[in-house]
Amino acid sequence: MALLIEKDYGTPESKAEKNVTATIDGKKVSIPEGTSVLRAAREADIDIPALCATDSLQPYGSCRVCLVEIEGRRGFPASCHTPVEDGMTIRTTSEKIEKLRRGVTELYLSDHPEDMAADGRSEMATLAENLGLTEIRYGREGKNHLQTPVDESNPYFVFDPEKCIVCARCVRACEETQGTFALTVEGRGFDSKIAASQNEAFFDSECVSCGACVQACPTDALIEKSVLENGMPERSVVTTCGYCGVGCSFKAELKGDEVVRMMPHKDGKANHGHSCIKGRFAYGYVMHPERVKKPMIRKSIEDAWQEVSWQEAIDYAASEFKRIREKYGKDAVGGVTSSRCTNEETYLVQKMLRAAAGTNNVDTCARVCHSPTGYGLKTTLGTSAGTQHFDSVEQADVIMVIGANPTDAHPVFASQMKRRLRAGAKLIVADPRKIDLVRSAHIEAAYHLPLQPGSNVALINAIAHVVVTEDLIDHDYVQKFCDREDFEVWREFIADPQNSPENMQQFTGVAAEDVRGAARLYASGGNAAIYYGLGVTEHSQGSTMVMGMANLAMATGNLGKAGAGVNPLRGQNNVQGSCDMGSFPHEFPGYRHVSEDDARNIYEKEWGVTLDKEPGLRIPNMIDAAVAGAFKWMYVQGEDIAHSDPNIQHIEAGFRKMECVIVQDIFMTETARYAHVFLPGSSFLEKDGTFTNAERRINRVRKAVEPLAGLADWEATCALSKAMGYPMEYTHPSEIMDEIARTTPSFAGVSYEKLDRLGSVQWPCNDAAPDGTPVMHVEKIVRGLGKFMLTGFVPTEERSTRKFPLLLTTGRILSQYNVGTQTRRTENSKWTSEDLLEIHPHDAEQRGIRDGELVAVTSRKGETVLRTKISERVQPGVVYTTFHFAESGTNVVTTEFSDWATECPEYKVTAVEVRPTNRFSNWQDEHFSQEELQNIYDRP
Amino acid sequence: MTAQPVMENERMVYKANKIAAFFEPYPEDKAVEGVAEHITKFWTPAMRAQLQDYIATGGAELHPLVLKAAEHLK
Repeated sequence: MALLIEKDYGTPESKAEKNVTATIDGKKVSIPEGTSVLRAAREADIDIPALCATDSLQPYGSCRVCLVEIEGRRGFPASCHTPVEDGMTIRTTSEKIEKLRRGVTELYLSDHPEDMAADGRSEMATLAENLGLTEIRYGREGKNHLQTPVDESNPYFVFDPEKCIVCARCVRACEETQGTFALTVEGRGFDSKIAASQNEAFFDSECVSCGACVQACPTDALIEKSVLENGMPERSVVTTCGYCGVGCSFKAELKGDEVVRMMPHKDGKANHGHSCIKGRFAYGYVMHPERVKKPMIRKSIEDAWQEVSWQEAIDYAASEFKRIREKYGKDAVGGVTSSRCTNEETYLVQKMLRAAAGTNNVDTCARVCHSPTGYGLKTTLGTSAGTQHFDSVEQADVIMVIGANPTDAHPVFASQMKRRLRAGAKLIVADPRKIDLVRSAHIEAAYHLPLQPGSNVALINAIAHVVVTEDLIDHDYVQKFCDREDFEVWREFIADPQNSPENMQQFTGVAAEDVRGAARLYASGGNAAIYYGLGVTEHSQGSTMVMGMANLAMATGNLGKAGAGVNPLRGQNNVQGSCDMGSFPHEFPGYRHVSEDDARNIYEKEWGVTLDKEPGLRIPNMIDAAVAGAFKWMYVQGEDIAHSDPNIQHIEAGFRKMECVIVQDIFMTETARYAHVFLPGSSFLEKDGTFTNAERRINRVRKAVEPLAGLADWEATCALSKAMGYPMEYTHPSEIMDEIARTTPSFAGVSYEKLDRLGSVQWPCNDAAPDGTPVMHVEKIVRGLGKFMLTGFVPTEERSTRKFPLLLTTGRILSQYNVGTQTRRTENSKWTSEDLLEIHPHDAEQRGIRDGELVAVTSRKGETVLRTKISERVQPGVVYTTFHFAESGTNVVTTEFSDWATECPEYKVTAVEVRPTNRFSNWQDEHFSQEELQNIYDRP
Repeated sequence: MTAQPVMENERMVYKANKIAAFFEPYPEDKAVEGVAEHITKFWTPAMRAQLQDYIATGGAELHPLVLKAAEHLK
């Protein structure tokens, strides 16, 4: 399509139910009460020019361009600031108005570079052109801001003050849209100027590079460097971001076949036109020179890679499959789907493994992140997904964030949440670290519960204990929606004094009074919503904790309505979708167990094969089986197991014993070190399909450029399946979605036609809910009656000792993403180029560790070396790091302890000791050259 | 006949005992049923066979609930 320019209505939409009627330029309009004259006119296709107004921000009334005349009123009110009243008669143009607009605009232009009006890009240039302002009466010789130095410090955009009219759209975008408050107007009158933080360069300031200010700027004073370098884009492709589980809609804007910029799509129902640094700017990896574009094979992992044709690579992988299956049996083969790939691609991989290989040995990277969400929510509520849509947060009165760091890991949703918090919702944060949300601009948590890593279940039980013993239960809700017998058993269990905050304090480290206060607030503060992340799931009791949260929500009636719910913040773009699509070894698409005859019959009929009714191997089981010599062939699509999974030495041992590993990815990965076949993958910009975000929203992914290696991932899987003896014929991913809809009840109403028409839908989408389901469990809980589960606290076996006295926990930072495959190949690394170990000053002093020094981090499993960052964000006894850089070897020290129900690794708790060092670990020396390590660490 | 092991016995015991630990708060009959159902739904036949082989050799260090649940495994 041509370049998509979304209409700007000038001021936000009024949500009032009552309408008022007015006449604008002789045209009768009826609009919700509270609508500005500016918006009312633009909605009626009557254009009133404006500079300081945009519909994502509250009116400001500074530019004096949007002046109108209103019958019976004196003067020329600013239309952005004037609400329409019943019976108003408004004139948007007259000789006097035009004269005023021209005069004001001329004054602006008198302090602007001369080529501004001829620029043709900005709103300012368009206004000047529309007003026919080719000459400026005042000249440009007077006192002005021309020649003010340009701030080019940010790698992605510039700030050119000479083009700035100080309309403060950028400042307001930073406040209202993003919620960071990094920008301000400094000085007064002629000296007023936009300043970042304490008048610092943008790069050095608190700016988080979300791009909201750049998007808001009407004069191009803030503009993307890519636009300055390449010129304005010519066409748009509306698609979905390939980073986190928020699933922001973007317009990929291209010039020819080159992506010039990614602009957040205003109609995106997950992001409403907002973005973060990753989605907005960190797309350069797509064209990075290290992209692998040719298939490769090798007989042994000790051999060098050989580039071959697609056909040769596919034939080799298939012949090895046949040989290995013949020799070792079907249990010796399997594969892994990717949460980075589309629903359609994920569906095909599990179909190929089940139908062509005859095995249920298929798993997905959700195994190591949100598999406990699936288990816990299905057990208690009946469906493996979050209960709400993101917009639900706007009706929450109490927000409880547990084990999540939304401002870093889910920034766009965090902005929406922060908006609600600034509007008065109360916040409870349960996290071992003092994350940004605990106290940031205009936000302060009512309670921060800094629990010890590994004590989540102790905490949730203590909260529930208060709810039960103080009778804060919503009895009507429980009576109507939940299994009464299970509830009574749970109530007795949770009321036991062993679950009291006072008793659990020995495990959580959280003052009992704070737990009681937080419990009372959650249970009686109005609509209460729980948002959680991997700090919940990646524990040996991850599934127990998910069930504990569901218990709490049911007991207090915080389900089935907007503003409430239990909401997982999914890590990757398509974690929800990959789970929905039957990626788990025990489930078909739609979460139906492989032993269920009805479900199996559907696929046996559709696929024309007999299917195994026994569960297959999970990823850790595949690795264990490989180490034991029982697993030999593995197809890994878009996951870097040898980097992201715990106890890497064990993972490597498993891979070394496999006879054929096929890696399909866009770059050479750590896992590819152990591969025999490399199939070049396609990025999210190179294919059609769908992603499903954390709120169950199915969003379209649309091809913006051709696959660099010639095939989209789904095409490569089809080719492999055919070579394995099971042809899968599709001409377009829409046909795959049609098959998904035919066979999966919760997707029965989904089609590309509907997605194109509605923009997106949230499953379940079927005859009962043809436009999808924003909030689940409304009429009744999906499983019938909500099931309270007993959630006994079982301390992890990974405990601190005299030898390993600190607890290491892990997480993400804003500028990097997961294993860094994408973000490390962008300018984002200018913000963070290595994983740092956060350590409390007390622990650092005890060990003679200074800020910025290298330290050896040793656990029972291994040792690695990181640089320190002394910080009071972590409490004494806890250290924290990220896992974005393979060289850090973070997962060399993590253990194989895992969630009892799903085997999700316990990344969040590893007992370690830390000591100063001046050399890298043996593992680092064995895996990386000194040059590679020094590139990361600057010095040995 | 002894099945080919698909993991170290130590790992298997850890996994099985963790499942049992979750069901401990339940009355024994429900706990046994819960453990058996969980292992049946999520462990492959080879894993279950390895568990039975291990129990046949004494089942050292296995949680009592696992031992009882194993009698009900399909």
